[in-house]
Order: sequence, then C-alpha cells, then structure tokens
Amino acid sequence: MPSPFSINGGACVAMVGKDCVAIACDLRLGLQALTVSNNFPKVFQYGDNVFLGLTGLATDVSTVSDLFRYKVNMYRLREERHIAPRTFANLVSSSLYERRFGPYFVSPVVAGLDPKTGAPFICGFDSIGCIDFAQDFIVSGTATDQLFGMCESLWEPGLGPDELFETISQALLNAVDRDALSGWGAHVYIIEKDKVTKRLLKGRQD
Amino acid sequence: MPEVLLGITGKDFTLIAASKAAMRGATILKAADDKTRQLNKHTLMAFSGEAGDTVQFAEYIQANAQLYSMRNETDLSPSALAHFVRGELASSLRSRKPYNVNLLLGGVDPITHQPSLYWLDYLASLAPVPYAAHGYAQYYCLSLLDKHHQPDITLERGMELLTLCADELKRRLPIDFKGLIVKAVTKDGIKEMPFDNDKVVKGT
Repeated sequence: MPSPFSINGGACVAMVGKDCVAIACDLRLGLQALTVSNNFPKVFQYGDNVFLGLTGLATDVSTVSDLFRYKVNMYRLREERHIAPRTFANLVSSSLYERRFGPYFVSPVVAGLDPKTGAPFICGFDSIGCIDFAQDFIVSGTATDQLFGMCESLWEPGLGPDELFETISQALLNAVDRDALSGWGAHVYIIEKDKVTKRLLKGRQD
Repeated sequence: MPEVLLGITGKDFTLIAASKAAMRGATILKAADDKTRQLNKHTLMAFSGEAGDTVQFAEYIQANAQLYSMRNETDLSPSALAHFVRGELASSLRSRKPYNVNLLLGGVDPITHQPSLYWLDYLASLAPVPYAAHGYAQYYCLSLLDKHHQPDITLERGMELLTLCADELKRRLPIDFKGLIVKAVTKDGIKEMPFDNDKVVKGT
C-alpha cells in the first residue's frame, strides 16, 4: 500500500476524436483512505491547445505542473510562439528522465491538437519519461484497470466533439466509481480546432 | 499525530485552532504551547510534526514573509504565501534531511477580503479547503465539519463548530491535549479568541 503512486489517489484519461481530443481527471486528494480535499484538479493547460494530466503523488503533481509552467513560459519567450503538443511531449519525457534515479512519482498524460495540421495528438508516460504514443486513448492513475476496461468498451474511432465528451465522461465516471481512491467530481476538457470547452462534472460524492 | 490542528473558514474570517500540549514521548513538557506563527497582518500558520523541525521551519517562513513585507511595503496574499511555503517544503522533501512538518495556513485576502485556508502536509501536498485538520483530529473532526459547515457561516457559528470538534476530541482521543488555542483572522487582523477549555465532556 505505501506506494507513492497510490497514497493520494486520482485518475486521468485522454481520448482521440474526429478533429478533436479530450482529456479528463477526477478531483480527489486523499491520504490513503481518508479524503482531504475534493477540489484537486489534475489537468493543466499550457498554451492554446496543449494539456497535461498528472496523477500520482500529490506533491509531485504540483511540483511537476509548476515546473512545466516555468519551462513552457521560457520556451514561449525564447521562441515567440506557443509550444506544440509533440514538442511538449518530448520536453516532458526528457525532464522526467533527468530524474532517472530519483523520479517524480507521477504518470503524465499529454493531449492536444497539432497547431499546423490540427491533427489530434495524445500520449502517456511512465514516471521516468518513456513515451507511450497511442492512437485511441491513454489512461493513468489508481483507476487505470477500470479505465482500460471502460475505454476498451466505449471508445470507437471518429467520434465528434459531443460524442467524445459523452464517451470520456462515462468512461471516467464509471471507472472511478469502482476505485476507492479516486472520484469526488471531475474536470473534462474537449479540445477542438479553435475552441476549448471545460466542463465540471459533479459525479458521485461518496 | 496526537497534536491537534483545526481550521475553519466562514463568510469573512478564518479560524485556526491548535492544541496547547507540547509533548515528548508520553510526557507533557508544557501545557500552554502556541503552535501558531503570524506571517503578516492577515495570514496565520499553524504547525505540527517533529519536535525541532516545526518551530525552525515556521520561523524561517515567518522571517521570509516579514522580510518580503518590509522590502516591498506590501504583504503577500495568503495564496502566494501558501505556494511559497509549498515550494520551500517541496525542495526540503528531496534534500538529505527533510523537514517533518504539517501545516495549516489561514488568512484573509488584504484586497478582496476573501477568507482562505490551505492544508499542507510534510510531503508538501497543498490543497485549498473550506475546513481542515491534521493528525488524528482529521478522523474525528472532518466528518463533523462535513455535516455542520456552510461556506457563509458567521464567526460565532465558527466558534460553535470548534467547540463541537473540541468536545468530540475530548470524548474520543485517549490522550489529554490540554485544550485549544484559537485565533481568528479577519480583515482587521489576527486576534486570539476566548475559548472554554475547562468544559468537562463525559464519555459515551
């Protein structure tokens, strides 16, 4: 039980749709079985359409999200443009591998649209930066097993933004209801070419 | 862990309560210990954890907060301070000898007068919360506050909730924590609140 990845709990999922992507997370922060807060979002925005989901040890979720805010701001000042999702994914990977022998205990997920082509992009990482490129969906957190099951059965190729929202929301909500360490509400982002929609789901409060 | 830290926010205040017992093993060394430090005019921090670390870390933060206020002739907001404290605790976490300190940071925004409360543990997990506790007090008080707390409560009601929590702790905690020191943060600053610690609570 005392694995740093499952002390605080939490879940995150990203999905590809037709000319859109979605990323969602739960809101719980706990200490083992005790829930401390139900307002701890795990998805962060870096630029117009680059999103990072972070599950794992809460302190590292904060540390790593702050670190990338700094790195992405520096990138934008140097390059005078926003960072692209694929570039950001490589930045995440190399930054995590820098801590190869004393890692941040997080499982990141990146989602976004390519600024030039508008092509959907999602990928996941392990805690030392090995990238998992996926064409369908990426899951992370204490509810990974449940999320894999939900995504495998609900996801299909070519979903539009509204269908994608329904799919990712049902996948997350039903997965976290079968995990004691995640839940307590959710944030869902639907990312389209020039529109980002953020929705707050209440979810089961028990 | 047997040290009690409680925090409650309301309409225009943040209440922080801390147990008065300074313990060392099974011995109570002092029965009127103050486990809080004032960071600036409207931010207060309560701390518990390993003996030497707590006061050392709290006073380091206090000194830095005061230095900032003197240099810039403005106080940091409670949110800014909470993130500063988290940064210091997080860098300490991956050092040779990390600080073993749990914190509650309560305040009222100097401009908007919005009350706020931040929960921080020794791993530097930071969460903004409407009410919070640390140590064993979490298991007894959070459920009580879940039921009775509303975001728009008055200071008087806040004190009633603290009494409710204190009664429950007296009833169920096997050790004597020597009562609570209660401080209220409002837009007018920080003041210690009178609190009846002599009330006897019978067991069930």
